[in-house]
Amino acid sequence: MTELEAGRADRLAPVRSVSALQRYRDVLIALIAFAVLATLPLLTDSKALLDFVIRCSAYGLFATSLNLLVGYTGLTSFGHGMFFGLGAYSFGLIMQKLGVPIPVAFVATLAITALVAAVIGAICVRLKEIYFAFVTLAFQMLIHSTILSWASFTGGDQGLRGGIPRPAFLGINLANHVDLYVVSCALLVLGLLAMRQIAQSPFGYTLRMIRDNAARASFLGIDVWRAKLTVFVLAALFASMGGMVMALFVSGAYPEFAYWTISGEGIFINMLGGVSTFLGPMVGTVLLLLLNDTVTRFTEYHGIVLGVVILFFALGLRKGLLDFVAEWYTHRRDAGEGR
Amino acid sequence: MDLDALAGCLSSSACLVTQTTSGLIIGMLLFLVAVGLTLIFGVLKIVNFSHGAFYMFGAYFAMTAYQLTGSFALAMLAGAAGTAVLGLIFERVFMSRVYGADVLMQLLVCYAFVLIFDDVVRLIWGPEFRSMGMPAAFQVMPLFIAGGVVPPYYLLLIGVALVAAIVLGIGLSRSRIGKVIRAAAHNPGMVSALGINTGLIYGGVFALGGMLAGLAGALAAPVRSLTPGMGFSVLIESFIVTVIGGMGSIVGALVGALLLGLIRSFGSLGFPLFTEGLMYLFMVIVLVSKPTGLFGKEAA
Repeated sequence: MTELEAGRADRLAPVRSVSALQRYRDVLIALIAFAVLATLPLLTDSKALLDFVIRCSAYGLFATSLNLLVGYTGLTSFGHGMFFGLGAYSFGLIMQKLGVPIPVAFVATLAITALVAAVIGAICVRLKEIYFAFVTLAFQMLIHSTILSWASFTGGDQGLRGGIPRPAFLGINLANHVDLYVVSCALLVLGLLAMRQIAQSPFGYTLRMIRDNAARASFLGIDVWRAKLTVFVLAALFASMGGMVMALFVSGAYPEFAYWTISGEGIFINMLGGVSTFLGPMVGTVLLLLLNDTVTRFTEYHGIVLGVVILFFALGLRKGLLDFVAEWYTHRRDAGEGR
Repeated sequence: MDLDALAGCLSSSACLVTQTTSGLIIGMLLFLVAVGLTLIFGVLKIVNFSHGAFYMFGAYFAMTAYQLTGSFALAMLAGAAGTAVLGLIFERVFMSRVYGADVLMQLLVCYAFVLIFDDVVRLIWGPEFRSMGMPAAFQVMPLFIAGGVVPPYYLLLIGVALVAAIVLGIGLSRSRIGKVIRAAAHNPGMVSALGINTGLIYGGVFALGGMLAGLAGALAAPVRSLTPGMGFSVLIESFIVTVIGGMGSIVGALVGALLLGLIRSFGSLGFPLFTEGLMYLFMVIVLVSKPTGLFGKEAA
């Protein structure tokens, strides 16, 4: 069960006075990461590379938010992709039909997502393990079917076409590729930082306690249902952000964004990178996108290659890459200290 | 939405018979796939995400056997036996390594095989739609029951599935091997201590589940088109069936599959675009009102 030991109290720093220091450390890392990403367009004019980073932002936000559920709370959602699709569609539709400024549409989409997630979550989080997985999957397919069948509103299986208008705001013109790139990176870094704060907060530790022993958490006076619902909604918001980045990037929204395979890929990304570290899903995202891009270039049978790689991780390493590295590092450090 | 069409059909006996039979064959095929899924879950505690692949292989094996020999019976046999062997190998070589591991890890191994199997089929049989064609023996006049058209092949299909259901039900509850399987589901450690090879039981159950899915695929081959990835929609639907009926319950799988088949066939009249949505909606309603499914045991 090593892959689910994310932040067990004996591994991560206990909630001593470190937390303040740690908070500033995370902000510092985030600033440096953003600075590095933001200078990238100055160093290279490769559009493909910038595109790759934008896609990583969209999927990274989505996958990391899924880890809040899977890794931290132990809620194996199989329908998390519905919020990715919901974000992309709500944002696209609001921009197309109402023509409001982008930040307004952004906030409105988050509000819609929060509402939908609260309703769906209220039904789902009562259920246990495999049933939770399948009901979330069912809701995902329900949303997907709705998108397909409500063709007059959503464009049906053709998707939301005709492009999403991208009026400039605050001097930022998202129709410009570099601007879009910088905004995507900013959203990614801000999103990750916010999720990091959630994960390291007392609420985050409550989630870990619920994952490890829900009954005990309940005896300690924690309203388990409310905590689970809260994290379900929070995770949905970040997934929706990922969907919006994707919608801005492709200037549209397609039913595939709401299809269950997005959720499947999210789970896969989490396993690939590892769920016991905060950045595991981010590593997984980069790995999967790299893998996808290179493999599709060399063979049309990329399913076989991808499958073998997954098997290597699942049966060979038996954990995600960053989990593996983290464990190896701890092992080495302990050996060095003569323990 | 086209509620008039639905109302019109419900008031005409001809349409009622036609739609009910088509609902029944969808349901029966789903049952065969879902019962394997539920059996594997009940005994091995594994959610076989790659179960749809066995359905797909069953159909392709049957098609190839039919083209080589021209015998329908041999085609069915090839579909069932081929997937049984495949299931045994799959379980012994791969799945047996992840017992007791995290659920996500098991799903991941299965997910890998979904990708691999789909590509293997594409390599061997090509990416295009294939069809097996209706065997000559069944190319006869359809039966007319109360004005509704019922192809004879449908009757055979329903019959075979019913026989499989009855044999399986009686076999599990009455025969010695059935009792051993149920005991292994309950307490594998004790069964093993009594000198029974549980690895063999696990492999056997997986092979049986694979065989049932393969049989469903073989039976479906004459009436459906074959394509890589065909197993997936069946897999999702049979998941819905097992969840509605209750994980691990054979009666539940039968009832759930028939309900879903009827929803599909009548729903396609009333809500042509939202047929799939109806199934998911139904699943949500069942799960919210009874989280363990219609026939599931409490405290699962």
